[in-house]
Amino acid sequence: MDLRFSDADEAFRSELRAWLARVLPGLAPQPARDDWDARRVWDTDWQRQLFDAGYAGLNWPKEYGGQAAPPSQQLVFLEETTRARAPYVGVNFVGLLHAGPTIVAEGTPEQKAAHLPKILRGDEVWCQGFSEPGAGSDLASLRTRAVRDGDHYVVTGQKIWCSYGQIGDFGELLVRTNPDAPKHKGITWLMLPMDLPGIEVRPLKTVLGSSEFAELFLDEVRVPVDCRVGEENDGWRVTNVTLAFERGTAFVSDLVDATRLVEDLAPYVTDPAHRRELGHITADLDAIWALTKRNVTQSARGVVGRGPFMIKLAYSEVCQKMGELALRVLERNVLTVNAEGPFVEERLRSLAFTIAAGTSQIQRNILSERVLGMPREPR
Amino acid sequence: MNFDLSEDQIALRDGIRALVDGRFPMSRVREGFDRSVHEELAAAGVFSLRADGFAWTDAAVVYEELGRGLVPGPLVWCFGRKRVTTGFDASLIGATLVEFLGLVDDVVALSPNEQITRVVKASEIDAAERPEEWPLDPLTPVWRTDRPIGAGNQLDESFDDLWNAGALLTAAYCVGMADRLTEMAVAYAMERQQFDRPIGSFQAVKHICADMAVRAELARASVHTAACVMDDGTTGTLARAIAGAKLMAGEAAILNGRSATQVYGGMGFTWEVDVHLYLKRAWIFETQFGGGDHHADALAATMPTRT
Ligand SMILES: Cc1cc2nc3c(=O)[nH]c(=O)nc-3n(C[C@H](O)[C@H](O)[C@H](O)COP(=O)(O)OP(=O)(O)OC[C@H]3O[C@@H](n4cnc5c(N)ncnc54)[C@H](O)[C@@H]3O)c2cc1C
Repeated sequence: MDLRFSDADEAFRSELRAWLARVLPGLAPQPARDDWDARRVWDTDWQRQLFDAGYAGLNWPKEYGGQAAPPSQQLVFLEETTRARAPYVGVNFVGLLHAGPTIVAEGTPEQKAAHLPKILRGDEVWCQGFSEPGAGSDLASLRTRAVRDGDHYVVTGQKIWCSYGQIGDFGELLVRTNPDAPKHKGITWLMLPMDLPGIEVRPLKTVLGSSEFAELFLDEVRVPVDCRVGEENDGWRVTNVTLAFERGTAFVSDLVDATRLVEDLAPYVTDPAHRRELGHITADLDAIWALTKRNVTQSARGVVGRGPFMIKLAYSEVCQKMGELALRVLERNVLTVNAEGPFVEERLRSLAFTIAAGTSQIQRNILSERVLGMPREPR
Repeated sequence: MNFDLSEDQIALRDGIRALVDGRFPMSRVREGFDRSVHEELAAAGVFSLRADGFAWTDAAVVYEELGRGLVPGPLVWCFGRKRVTTGFDASLIGATLVEFLGLVDDVVALSPNEQITRVVKASEIDAAERPEEWPLDPLTPVWRTDRPIGAGNQLDESFDDLWNAGALLTAAYCVGMADRLTEMAVAYAMERQQFDRPIGSFQAVKHICADMAVRAELARASVHTAACVMDDGTTGTLARAIAGAKLMAGEAAILNGRSATQVYGGMGFTWEVDVHLYLKRAWIFETQFGGGDHHADALAATMPTRT
């Protein structure tokens, strides 16, 4: 066991650090929260800069524009970008952190060539169309229908809570291709080109007052069969690949944000009792970061440890603790969301963390069943 | 960078686990600490790991196994010493109570406020002849002394070295306890039937167990981080890593002790079931090398303040 980085890793670190110091001062100011077009431009511009400098897709295969770098360098990248307060994934979240990885794992060579380089360059933004009004925690009960018609699937149904739906070029779409099979056996995973006729996107207003996600209405949308990832009716297995990325590794990016936020909050925390609470939060975040290092080490050796089942559960709860502390510390300054730093806004945002990507209750079910071997819930 | 047990460490872990399982079954553990416990562990090399060339990460692996088996004794104080040693934090309320006093050669008194480390011969301490009648932990006997321990000799080790090593090994022991408590709770939940099914099929019980597993795993990652930083100070901030490890592990042991008690129901409140022995030890460790409050404050001190 050893936390020392190799000379090659340290060389990577100093180059990255120098590069960040050079480019970050020239960054345009961050756009307004609800200006999705501007956010897309800002986030994808940054992604393009990373790509051009050789920092995009560190763990993706070389032939599709990635770097195939060792996992230790992914950790260095996260450490250094946090330290330098560089932007992080933003609207590229789905593409970089779970749609792309799903295509790497399950896509055909053509699909990989068509999408992976574009995602890495910031040319393609993805959204996720899994949840439906009637299928949340019980995702496999989804009802959006896809009927095969020659080289196309004709898709009709409704999706909800689709983050980045307003600006996505492609969506991860789950459809039911066999309504007669048991619910887990009739699902197919499709890449949905968001510009096809018959798709309507209606933004939904969230507790933040802005539209972080949208409803998708699909009316006889003709999706080419080439857009299928994995086999027909084998989509539940592919879904679990996506969810493993989404719950296991994608949240590392948010952990980076949380680490910065608590550093920013600390100077406001003066009361000794509040400082003590800050100490607890710091210990939790440090521990989650340590567990992330363990996950990275293990996954590089092909081992699936316990950590990936725990990160999101632990992370979402500590963020909410931090948010509550922020509200108490700010006292009457909480009366306006923009008073002091992003703390009130982030407290509101963190309400979603124990819900999105599988609620904490569902995470505990999965952990107790798959890791601890306890009896399964009815499905 | 390899933040996981190496092949050698897996072998070390399995070896010490076999020793604990073979030589220290619960029936013996329940008899408490005596010189034979010390002799066997010393012969196995538990206390001389550093002198024998092992790393702090190895020591953490070993002490986690001792904690899993709840092997009794002032095992952290004996680390790195030949003589049977106990110790305590003389800055706390109740510093006239000393664990294991009648069973050891030496007593170390630490005082974090003044950064003092002293060692006194146990025989020179004015103490009650018999241990207290009703110790919190039946496996940790305590003797009442007449007054705070006298001057004694200054130890060679610096306060920080002693404190960091003690906090690390105690935290590692706590991880072992937290992990074992999770296993015990899960096993009982799968076996105990109510409403015609195992109580482990009820979500309220499953979720308690899931949280126990998360606590143990986060604590282990924290302890391993601290051990790595002890081995190479360039890989992190030692004060922060140690504080995080002791805080996370101490809390995991206590909360998992409480959770296991709940999962066991009425059985959990009995002397017979081992859970209380783990929980009581976890509470006692809060008085050793800084409790949760101390370390939370220490962690907060590493965070920015208003300038
Ligand atoms: C900010 C945000 C962004 C999101 N982005 C996307 C996205 O981009 N794409 C997408 O497809 N989805 C997205 N989601 C949807 C998200 O995955 C679902 O909200 C989530 O899976 C829960 O489903 P639900 O909202 O229908 O709640 P429900 O399933 O109705 O759950 C309601 C409550 O019941 C509990 N519950 C349900 N079943 C059980 C059970 N078996 N055991 C114990 N408790 C149970 C839940 O824990 C919860 O507390 C997003 C959600 C949020 C909040």
